[in-house]
Amino acid sequence: MIPKKKLWIGLFIMLILSPLGIIIPKIFNAQGPWGEWKPEELTRHLGYIPEKLLKLAGIWKPLFPDYSFGDIDSGFASHIISYALSGVIGIILIILIIYIISRLIINNEK
Amino acid sequence: MHIPDGYLSPQTYVPLYLVSFVFWSTALKKMKKNLSIKHIPYLAMASAFSFLIMMFNIPIPGGTTGHAVGSGIIAILLGPWTAVIAVSVSLIIQAIVFGDGGITAIGANCFNMAVVMPFISYWVFNIVRGRSLDAKRLSISAFLSGYIGLTLAALITGVEFGIQPLIATGVDGRALYSPYPMSVALPAMVFEHMLFFGVIEGIVTFLLFKYFAKHEYDMIYALSKREANK
Repeated sequence: MIPKKKLWIGLFIMLILSPLGIIIPKIFNAQGPWGEWKPEELTRHLGYIPEKLLKLAGIWKPLFPDYSFGDIDSGFASHIISYALSGVIGIILIILIIYIISRLIINNEK
Repeated sequence: MHIPDGYLSPQTYVPLYLVSFVFWSTALKKMKKNLSIKHIPYLAMASAFSFLIMMFNIPIPGGTTGHAVGSGIIAILLGPWTAVIAVSVSLIIQAIVFGDGGITAIGANCFNMAVVMPFISYWVFNIVRGRSLDAKRLSISAFLSGYIGLTLAALITGVEFGIQPLIATGVDGRALYSPYPMSVALPAMVFEHMLFFGVIEGIVTFLLFKYFAKHEYDMIYALSKREANK
């Protein structure tokens, strides 16, 4: 049996390493994924912006867009920290939601 | 592969919400029947794992990035229906809190990465493995499970992008939503996953499968289920 603790430690190591997910693309000067461009990037590619795309694109204001707490001026170092902290927030929310779902659907003591 | 808001027309995202909803409610019913308290930490860990692995963006030639999803290994370890919930929870938080994937596209993104992918991965694993317990065969099954699962999920995503110019075009002939035709969207999505991200997904699936097969053989859903059905 692998102790659960060992698996949590594995996830924790992933969390610590997670900023590599923005550092390595930065080193290679990579853009985002295909098909996930923001409206202004799309305008640069196309020369125009699809009308309804623009309207829908602003429908939701996430709390931490792009896993970042700061604004564009906050710099890359701060993005690295907020990226890892976003991982922490994500995991806390996941545990919370899975716990709630489990409480709602599992009522046996098997 | 996280489709943002605006790229899909309502004719696309509404039906995909409905499809995902059917899978969510079926998955919850199955979990209610089969899952016990002792499984809950593993469910949470699986969901956290998919959240974390998606944070590792990998640059590829051509200037774009992408990442593994983890649905394949979760389906092998915990079963495809449990994977539906684990990965959906992670995707929904990504969309709502971090704007990774659109709010309107939650149904689509969950369908692609939390429904298509775990089921394809699970089937591929079972088909390639057959009834074999040979270590080499199991390893190949695990790799192909992740590789084909992610590549087919990318293919479906490419189709969703590609049909937009066909179903939603303004009077001036310009696309209203995602502007790239099938001939651009489909190859872009499929080739970058076939050549790069699928391989990474395959390796992740293979390595984790190896680890669990060595230390926690009895826990692996895809193996225990098969034996129990004999």
